[in-house]
Amino acid sequence: MKFGILVNEGPYNHQAVDSAYQFAKAAIAKGHTVSRVFFYYDGVHNANKLLEAPQDERQIGKLWADMARDHNVDLVVCVAAGLRRGLKEENLAEGFRISGLGQLIEVGIQADRVMTFGD
Amino acid sequence: MSEVMDLPGDDDDYTSGVVKKFMFVNRKAPHGSIYALEVLEMVLISAAFDQDVHLAFVDDGIYQIVKNQDPARVGMKNFSKTFRALDGYDIEKLYVEREGLEERGLTEDDLIVDVEVISQAEMAELMNGMDVVLSA
Repeated sequence: MKFGILVNEGPYNHQAVDSAYQFAKAAIAKGHTVSRVFFYYDGVHNANKLLEAPQDERQIGKLWADMARDHNVDLVVCVAAGLRRGLKEENLAEGFRISGLGQLIEVGIQADRVMTFGD
Repeated sequence: MSEVMDLPGDDDDYTSGVVKKFMFVNRKAPHGSIYALEVLEMVLISAAFDQDVHLAFVDDGIYQIVKNQDPARVGMKNFSKTFRALDGYDIEKLYVEREGLEERGLTEDDLIVDVEVISQAEMAELMNGMDVVLSA
């Protein structure tokens, strides 16, 4: 099955992005495809390259970037939601790209299921 | 394809691609968090994709379409009027949960747009028939 994922909450403050990551990891391990993860609302903060959690904690941005590289997952940050919150190309973490909301609608059309993580 | 101007949604052949049933579920009050405003931005973008778009208003989400809002007094933009422009984007399937409306002491007359008021059970059934449900 082909999944699209929507992440609606920021890092560390909320479990949503961790649940999304664990879901994607489990789906891929079962042979499914995660074609795109779309970061919206405060979810855009997950793509900030300036995030620096203590070394003994999970590095959320890196986890996603590694998954994107190894399993060809498209990590898209909403441009409008990003601009509102100060997330731009200059502080965008490796592995992510900035694009429009159309990318979310598109994955909704193309994927078999869209999973939302957030409140 | 055609020499005359075709508008999206004018006929079934216009969209050569897949048309899915999308539902945007509004559950939160218009202000107090940004979810309502950013869901509306999603809805507007979806109009460009010629999909079968549905909007549901449940719980405090119903307050998003209440008449006579004046959020400028607390420094917020009044985006409730945008809901009235949705029919210009061919988004006309708006549903409000009857129980949620009654719980809040509201009636259809209090709403800024024409909606279909349906029961919670009917809403569940409608939602079940959707391909993509996006909610906030």
